Amino acid sequence: MTISFSLAAQPATDRAALGRKLSSLACSLSAIGLMVTAAHAAHAADAPPKSEINAAVGTGATFTPPPESAIPDDEFGKMVKLGRDIMLDTPKYAKAYVGNTLSCVNCHTDAGRMAGSAPLWAAYVSYPAYRGKNKKVNTFEERLQGCFMYSQNGKAPPLGSEPLVALESYAYWLSKGLPVDEKVAGRGYPNLPEPALAPDYVRGQKVYEAKCIVCHAANGEGQYVNGETVFPPLWGAKSFNWGAGMGSYKNAAKFIYANMPYGMSYSLTPQEAWDVAYFMDAHERPQDPRWQGNVAGTRAKFHDSKFSLYGTKINGKLLGDIGAPKAR
Amino acid sequence: MRRFQSNRGLRSWAVVSGLFGSLLAAPMSWAAAPPGAASCIACHGADGMGNAAAGYPRLAGLPAQYLADQLHYFADGTRNNAIMSGMAKPLTAVQVTALAHYYAKLKPSGSPAPMPTGAAAAEGARLVLRGDWDKGIPACIRCHGPGAVGVGENFPPLVGQSATYIEAQIKAWKDGSRRGDPLGMMHTVALRMTDAQTQSVAQWLAAQPLTPSKSTSANH
Repeated sequence: MTISFSLAAQPATDRAALGRKLSSLACSLSAIGLMVTAAHAAHAADAPPKSEINAAVGTGATFTPPPESAIPDDEFGKMVKLGRDIMLDTPKYAKAYVGNTLSCVNCHTDAGRMAGSAPLWAAYVSYPAYRGKNKKVNTFEERLQGCFMYSQNGKAPPLGSEPLVALESYAYWLSKGLPVDEKVAGRGYPNLPEPALAPDYVRGQKVYEAKCIVCHAANGEGQYVNGETVFPPLWGAKSFNWGAGMGSYKNAAKFIYANMPYGMSYSLTPQEAWDVAYFMDAHERPQDPRWQGNVAGTRAKFHDSKFSLYGTKINGKLLGDIGAPKAR
Repeated sequence: MRRFQSNRGLRSWAVVSGLFGSLLAAPMSWAAAPPGAASCIACHGADGMGNAAAGYPRLAGLPAQYLADQLHYFADGTRNNAIMSGMAKPLTAVQVTALAHYYAKLKPSGSPAPMPTGAAAAEGARLVLRGDWDKGIPACIRCHGPGAVGVGENFPPLVGQSATYIEAQIKAWKDGSRRGDPLGMMHTVALRMTDAQTQSVAQWLAAQPLTPSKSTSANH
């Protein structure tokens, strides 16, 4: 813009001379461009940070699940749709097995379709698999049971029950054409560089207040409308319990970096993602259902990781010291 | 927890309040229309439901803080709108608060626009309820709530607004003539929307009832 203005202001002869010098001007263009960009950024103090369009960017994922409009209009399609509905509104469609106000979609963007957001199609082609979490080979349905016990703070639907059949049908339908391969690109959440500084509560709180509070509210309790969760609670009684995957702040940092805020994937710095994940996981939440009778024993058996703050003291309080899990 | 970029605006408001504060002797009741509302009614209607044909928006029942923010944004240029800028600039901070609370407490009324037909309606429903995540467009209801009835102070209701207004706003977010959105989220999303998508979303939303049925929540 600056360039065209100054060109127009020149007398005709000067403009011709300038025209002959275009090639040398071109060399300077990139430098001027940088200056213009910097000036623009200074003016637009409220310009949104740079972000990517979604979590899939940079994962190398090449698989695209079929569009929802292709769900068949038959008995199988009905089950697929139920699985999709459970993903979107779990407290409504799998009520008997849910103990909080979260839905699968809160951690599996776009109802489990999005690469880099723990897509169901990648999980489907990765099971059965051995899991350290329960120290045995898990079928896909058993893996789904874990989501209900921990992330949903509920109870496991029996193998073969309708919610699991529906979710398995949906995951199978999504993954049509994808080879069985537990290393499929786009699985889970993308790796995040190690933080330059050790994750920190106070820095994390600042990130939370700047970037997260607008949706998840001051005390992490989320926001509700007419009894339905809009923004999920991140800690406290209505959130995931201490056994959930998100209770690892490494896992949470990876999710946040690739997926949060909505529409602004990868807009936080890796350090901000680590710090805010640490802050989130440094709050109290429902007891781990694998409770061993005391915090130290439960930590030793299931949380022996630097990425779990369970059983550690934060701000003078021992996390997890809330007694036995409530009966379901 | 809501003002994200208006320190500049607050400073200029302090000046404006100083100049006009002495004019505000009369006590105001939020139940009756405050004196400033006469100018609003001409375009936004006595019921605060706006004018669909002209694209003047619904104010009735919008969050008070949201309404106050918008008046500040019109005054300081964060929202670039010649008519509203002229209306908002002379208002004192006290008048802004009074107007915002008055309209926040008005009960919204009226019936929705007719539902568009065919592919446009299906596309509108898809974008509002499910989004187009492959293109970086989250579903509207993810932030504006089930039935797009609004969430808290930062995410206003979209139902009860006309297609003309909604379409114009998405385009204003896109070209930067409207700012002040938390984290720049609406600007970011609007940049990814085509004109056809914008129109489909606006028409579908304008056809929704003020009180949502269960079928307008996420499970579509």
